[in-house]
Amino acid sequence: MLRDITIGQYFPGDSVIHKLDPRFKIVITILYIVMLFSGGNYLCLAVGAVFTIGAILLSKIPLKMFVKSVKPLFIFLMITAVINLFFMSRGNVLLHWKFIKITDEGVHTSVFMVIRIVLLIMGSSLLTYTTSPITLTDAIERLLSPLRKIKFPVHELAMMMSIALRFIPTLIEETDKIMSAQKARGAEIDTGSFTTRAKNLISILVPLFISAFRRADELATAMECRCYHGGEGRTRLRQLKSAPRDYIALGVTALFLAGVIVLGRLF
Amino acid sequence: MAILETQELTYTYSPGTPFEKTAVDHVSLKIEEGEMVGVMGHTGSGKSTLIQHFNGLLKPTSGKVLLDGKDIWADKDKIRDVRFKVGLVFQYPEYQIFEETVYKDIAFGPRNMGLDEAEIKRRVHETANDIGLSEELLERSPFELSGGQKRRVAIAGVMAMEPKVLILDEPTAGLDPAGRDKILEHIKRYHERTKNTILIVSHSMEDIASFADKILVMSKAKLFCYDETVKVFARADEISEIGLDVPQITKVFGELRRRGLDFGKEVYTVGYARDLLLRKLKEREVR
Repeated sequence: MLRDITIGQYFPGDSVIHKLDPRFKIVITILYIVMLFSGGNYLCLAVGAVFTIGAILLSKIPLKMFVKSVKPLFIFLMITAVINLFFMSRGNVLLHWKFIKITDEGVHTSVFMVIRIVLLIMGSSLLTYTTSPITLTDAIERLLSPLRKIKFPVHELAMMMSIALRFIPTLIEETDKIMSAQKARGAEIDTGSFTTRAKNLISILVPLFISAFRRADELATAMECRCYHGGEGRTRLRQLKSAPRDYIALGVTALFLAGVIVLGRLF
Repeated sequence: MAILETQELTYTYSPGTPFEKTAVDHVSLKIEEGEMVGVMGHTGSGKSTLIQHFNGLLKPTSGKVLLDGKDIWADKDKIRDVRFKVGLVFQYPEYQIFEETVYKDIAFGPRNMGLDEAEIKRRVHETANDIGLSEELLERSPFELSGGQKRRVAIAGVMAMEPKVLILDEPTAGLDPAGRDKILEHIKRYHERTKNTILIVSHSMEDIASFADKILVMSKAKLFCYDETVKVFARADEISEIGLDVPQITKVFGELRRRGLDFGKEVYTVGYARDLLLRKLKEREVR
C-alpha cells in the first residue's frame, strides 16, 4: 500500500549510471530538462526520448519501475491534455460543437505536452532510482558550496535535507504500522464512508506526530552526544571523485542538447 | 474443530522488484480453541508476517487462512468482523495510543464494533481489571503513564473487543523484569478467566516456557515445528541450532546429561526442575 510509493526510492545496482558522480548526474538532469523544453517539434522530442531510453537501458532498472513512477501523475497528465485540447484556439478547427472547439493545434500541443512530461518524470526518476538520497544531498551540498561566500547555510540546508530524506521511509513504515494497529482495532481506513475515514485519520496522525517528535528529539540528543556542531571544518567519509566517464556522460548530454537546439532551429 | 487454520499459506513482500522476499513459505497449521500457544522465531523468521494473516491485515499471496473453518477472505467486505474475532496486539503497542483518556483509548475498539455505551463501559472496566489498571487511571491521560502502564492500556484496548483469539506480538519487549512479569501474569489470568485462545510471540523461551500449552517455531519463513511445549523443548539441540535460545534451566540439564546425569529431556521451567531434583534426592535418601 504505502510501500508502493516509488518517488525518491533508490534501487541499488552497479550499472554505469549508478556509478556516475552524483554532481554530474544532477547537472546532466538539469541539462536534460533544458533539452526537453528547448525543442519545439517532434523530432526534438524523439531525440529526447532516445536519450531517456538509452539512459534507462544503461541503468538496468526494469522498465516497469518507470511506468510505476508515471502512474501517480496520471490524473495530472490527463488534466494537462484536456486543458490543452479544449483551450487552444489557434489552428484549423477540427470539431466545433456548441462552445467546444477542438483545433489541430490543440491536439498537437496536448499530445506533445503529455509526452514531454512523461519523459521529464522518467528522466528525473532515473536520477533518484540510481542515486542514494545521501549521496544526492552530498552532491547538492557540493554544487551549492559557492553560495557559502554570501553566508548561505549550505551545510545546514544539506543536513536538513538528508535528515528529511532519511526519515521518509522510516515515517512511511511507522505510518504503515500504526495503520495496521488501528485497523486491528476495527478502524476503517481504506473502507467506510468519507467522514468515518476522516475521523479515523486522527487515530493515525496523533501517534505519528508523537513518534516523529520523539524521533527528532532522540536524533538531536544523539547528534549532540557526538559533538555535532555544523559544517565548520568537517571532512567527509565518502569523497566525491569525478572519473573520465563522468566527463564523457556530460559531453554526450551536451551533444544531445546541442542537437536538439539545432533541430529546433532547422525545422 | 480448529479455531484457526492455515493451508499452504505463503506471503511474498514486494513481488517483482529487487526487494522481493518470501516471508512465509507454505505454512500449514491448526490452532485448537482455548489453547495458549507460544510463537517463536528469530528476527526475520516470518513470525510477525504470519500473525498478521490471522486477522486479515495481510492477504496471503497464496494459500488460505481459515477461522472457525471458514476462509476469511471468502467475503472481502466481512474482513473487519474477522479483526474483531481475532485481536492482534502489535509490538510496542503503546505507540498506537491516541485518545485523551485511558478510558477512551480502551473504548476505541469496542466503539468501532458499534456497541452501546453500557456494554462499552462494562468491557472497559472488565478488561482494565483483567490487565491490572486501577479505576482512577481510567480518567487520566495515557501519555502521563509509565511505559509498562501504557503497554497495558494498549493491550486492554484489544482485549476489550473480546476477541475469540488474542494474539500478542512480543508483549514484554523493552520492559523491565517487574513490568514483564506483571504483563505475563495478567495475560495468564485473562486466559484463565475467558478460556480464549491466545498466541504469544516472543523470542524469549523463558517467557513462554512456563505457560504455553504448545509452541510454534518459525525458521527462515518456514514452519520449523509446532507441538506441545514438552516435545518442543525435548528438541533443545535443534532449536539452539537454528539460533534460538532455550531456557537456561534446559541448558543446565542438557549439560548435566552430557556429564552423565540424565533427568530426561522435558525440563524447561525452574519450578519443575526443583521438584524433580527434590524427588530424586528423596529417592536417594530412601535407598
